[in-house]
Amino acid sequence: MSAEIQEKDSGGKKKAGHMKKLSTRIDFTPMVDMIMLLLTFFMLATSMSKPQTMEIGMPTKDKMDEKDKNEAKASEAVTLYLSKDHKVYYFMGIPDLVKPNFLKQTDFSPEGLRKILLSKNIAVVTKVNELKEKKMKLQVSKEDYDKQLAKLKSSPGTPVVVIKPLDNSTYNDMISALDEMLICNVGKYAITELEPNDKTILKNSNVQYEVAPKN
Amino acid sequence: MPKIKIARKSTWIDMTPMSDVMILLLTFFMLTSTFLKPDPVKVSTPGSVSEISIPEKNIFSVLISPDGKVFLDIDNPDDRTTILEQVAAEYQINLTDKEKKDFSIGTSFGVPMEQFKEFMAIPGEKQKAALPNFGVPTDSTDNQFQAWVKAAREVKGKDMVIAIKADQSTPYKKIKAVMGSLQDLRENRYNLITSLREVSTAKPK
Repeated sequence: MSAEIQEKDSGGKKKAGHMKKLSTRIDFTPMVDMIMLLLTFFMLATSMSKPQTMEIGMPTKDKMDEKDKNEAKASEAVTLYLSKDHKVYYFMGIPDLVKPNFLKQTDFSPEGLRKILLSKNIAVVTKVNELKEKKMKLQVSKEDYDKQLAKLKSSPGTPVVVIKPLDNSTYNDMISALDEMLICNVGKYAITELEPNDKTILKNSNVQYEVAPKN
Repeated sequence: MPKIKIARKSTWIDMTPMSDVMILLLTFFMLTSTFLKPDPVKVSTPGSVSEISIPEKNIFSVLISPDGKVFLDIDNPDDRTTILEQVAAEYQINLTDKEKKDFSIGTSFGVPMEQFKEFMAIPGEKQKAALPNFGVPTDSTDNQFQAWVKAAREVKGKDMVIAIKADQSTPYKKIKAVMGSLQDLRENRYNLITSLREVSTAKPK
């Protein structure tokens, strides 16, 4: 690229007094060099893909009173405790404080929490899959799809998932749990904090719910 | 036998098509891209299947480092100045014009207000290095984070989006402090920034 070979006019017999015919070709090499440099700079210095986000609505502290709690106690309720080392403890329905070992352990693998939630939410999941197929075949519009999806997700009888991250879980666990809600098409879920009741449950099942003090 | 003469070809390569393509690419990158904003601490966001992308304007971003320090970022220099003035007034700090200007053109911030003046006096490059040692206090006794959110909401109006960005390994306890503070302010809708994760479509077995 470096050496420049000037083409000479083929029949250029030099005669004194004649203007020398200059080649009209311009050497683009330096320009290309510079553009390459700029291009590389822009490619490296910029973020092409915008980060994804999850939208989340939290219950207000004062509004979260009897109604929500009662709802969570219904038979559709699933309570998840996110614990240390990405472990998940869960129970369905109303906790039975007397009976030991009702708390079951699972994890975030496809065979773990997802399987449980999918089987619990099977009616909605099948419908949503049908809807998705319809959308793929362009039988429903985007707006209709969104509307129907929201309707399906909040239809009565669907599970209500209460996510309670323990202090020793990580942010990743919380996101993974929220993610499972999306994957399993669970429409009703909430993140709440531990209540005294939960602490007894966890204590009975020997689950550590506090961050171990560092020595 | 006549010798076959290989015609000498010029080694000149026509660069025009190449530069054409390059300029095209360059223009594309220049127009489509947004610049990476340097974060005071490096965080790797957890993956999720959510495909909603974050709006470009009117963001109040909250960055939580793995050890729980909170940093904030607000877009639009004018808003930054107004918000800073409000928060400074609340903490009875008089700011010089230079400090305001420096703050408005900066990026992420997160220094307790008591140390604000001290911090702004540090020259440019060292400031960046020093920032990760600070962080906005979120304790219940001195919740400056709430003051910032409140001021930002007032200045930017109801369309402002609060985006929380935290590291995968951040303990939930730290997240809880931030989310609790937001809940106190009745800021119940916010976005959690994640990176895209591929997942096989959910099908019941």
